[in-house]
Amino acid sequence: MAVEQRGMEVKVDAPSAGLWAHTVDGLRRFFDGDIWYSFKRSPVTILSAVITVLFMSAALFAPLVAPHDPFDLAQVDLLDSFLPPIWVEGSDPRFLLGTDDQGRDVLSTLMYGSRISLGVGFASVIFSLFLGVGLGLVSGYVGGTVDAVIMRIADVQLSFPAILIALLIDGVARGVLPRDLHGEIWFYVLVFAIGFSGWVQYARTVRGSTLVEKNKEYVQAARIIGIRPALIMLRHVLPNVMGPVLVIATIHLAIAIITEATLSFLGVGVPLTSPSLGTLVRVGQDFLFSGEWWITVFPGIALAVLVLAVNLLGDWLRDVLNPKLR
Amino acid sequence: MLAFIIRRLLQSILVMLTVGLIAFALFRFVGDPINNMVGQDTSLADRAALRESLGLNDPFLVQYGNYLINAVQGQFGISYQQRRPVADLLVERLPATLELSLVAAVLALLVGVPMGVYTGLRREGFLSKVFLVVSLIGISLPTFLIGILLILVFGVMLQWLPTFGRGEVVDLGGWTTGMLTASGIKALIMPSITLALFQMTLIMRLVRSEMLEVLRTDYIKFARARGLTNRAVNFGHALKNTMVPVITITGLQLGSIIAFAIITESVFQWPGMGLLFIQAINEVDIPVMASYLILIAFFFVTINLIVDLLYYAVDPRLRVDKLVAGGHGS
Repeated sequence: MAVEQRGMEVKVDAPSAGLWAHTVDGLRRFFDGDIWYSFKRSPVTILSAVITVLFMSAALFAPLVAPHDPFDLAQVDLLDSFLPPIWVEGSDPRFLLGTDDQGRDVLSTLMYGSRISLGVGFASVIFSLFLGVGLGLVSGYVGGTVDAVIMRIADVQLSFPAILIALLIDGVARGVLPRDLHGEIWFYVLVFAIGFSGWVQYARTVRGSTLVEKNKEYVQAARIIGIRPALIMLRHVLPNVMGPVLVIATIHLAIAIITEATLSFLGVGVPLTSPSLGTLVRVGQDFLFSGEWWITVFPGIALAVLVLAVNLLGDWLRDVLNPKLR
Repeated sequence: MLAFIIRRLLQSILVMLTVGLIAFALFRFVGDPINNMVGQDTSLADRAALRESLGLNDPFLVQYGNYLINAVQGQFGISYQQRRPVADLLVERLPATLELSLVAAVLALLVGVPMGVYTGLRREGFLSKVFLVVSLIGISLPTFLIGILLILVFGVMLQWLPTFGRGEVVDLGGWTTGMLTASGIKALIMPSITLALFQMTLIMRLVRSEMLEVLRTDYIKFARARGLTNRAVNFGHALKNTMVPVITITGLQLGSIIAFAIITESVFQWPGMGLLFIQAINEVDIPVMASYLILIAFFFVTINLIVDLLYYAVDPRLRVDKLVAGGHGS
């Protein structure tokens, strides 16, 4: 009786209290668990995580932490152009990694560039994840003709490299859309192109695990008590097939960042007005021959380090969550 | 077997028809073909007559059919920008791309297989670890970055190799090759390494895991028990059996190499089909885009078809596996 009363009393702020207790409990379980243990014991993984977090915060807080605003014309001075990085003779202490042809601070353009690279990367992964997991779930659970059609499409798409598909979608959109409209919605076009090129991996994995889950007793029980198929899929099957999806998503993030950088490097990705890391490499390439190597090398290094760190994190996650795959 | 071949053939034809439809839709509905053909001062009546004579008023399916018939005969229309038949442009550029791709594929095999065998046999060796780290970097570095770094080191700093173009080429009756001149070979070095590096790491990892798998099998143990030399066991028995998947994967990757050549060609200004395609995208040159689409799809479908059929013919286990695995799909 007392318990029930207490339950009644705290009911006003129950959601927040419940959430808090849930979070604390979850955190405690996490720190006691295998994942945290294996994380602590792998210096490479810790380093990768630190690098990834650094990049993400630099990207997220670029307007606050960047030493200069490269897109504020009032702050950019053409007289500052082509200054080398600080350890080379003739540098300016204001610009740690030197300046580009328009006098913009390379370090600041890097931060703003990571913002766009990571933004497109994350958005593409999320788009891919929703599309792939949804189609995989339906394909596995419903089966029959639906399954056959989705999987044939997946087969066909899988026989072409993802980057080619992204390039074609983006290139075609560029041809179809009027120029100024494309200037406005380039972000969505790019996210669609990169996201669409990657859904097959998710769909295949989820379909495979759904086929296994759907014959288990809890799903049959749910079916017997008359829950609608859509609800069974979302509430019962989905949580049990999401494990491998996390691993795919991490590795896919690295691929999405590379794809975006490649498209931007080819001049069909993000517009020049909001350069990503790939665009910066493309722009800097012209100055390679006149000795201003830093304009292109630093964005290149940043890109490589970011992708390597995310890849290593993905590898580690795969080994922890699924030791059999090793 | 026959049923399998027919099903695969039908599937390939279906893919080509779909790609053809996309290409045709692009061609027909992005911009007005008439506007792209005639000058400003052409009268409306003349335009209508031209429209009628070109068959642009025919039903959609008829036009699509005509487009396909022309495409099969190698007529892809005329480039909006260059005012020349697209087929000529593609034929001109084809040798450059194919030469680069083939050299890169051979390079990837010649370096990737020995590296894979070594890392498979000496798992704990120092050199193996170095190879594995290098392969991880090779996968993480975007292709264009490798190209730019090579240009920076060997083109700008050391000035050993040319940084763009094909060098001098020799015309062998419609097929241009850079393999016969010193400058052509020099120009080929950096682009082919750039293109090969990713496939090289892929082949290395594949050979390594296959070797590890095979070395665990009973017949290898038996070969050792028979007292055969290490060399005979490793190369005569183990390596031989890893070659089936390696050959098929390399075959499948050939299409990827041709597609990835777009990036390499763009970095090194290599005058191939990929560069043509990128220029076409930037200039909204629809006929060139559409034709490249069809051509690259054709390459892929053909390569996949041949590899699938070969796989089926070479590896009898596959037929049994297919039956067993049929229940859960792949």
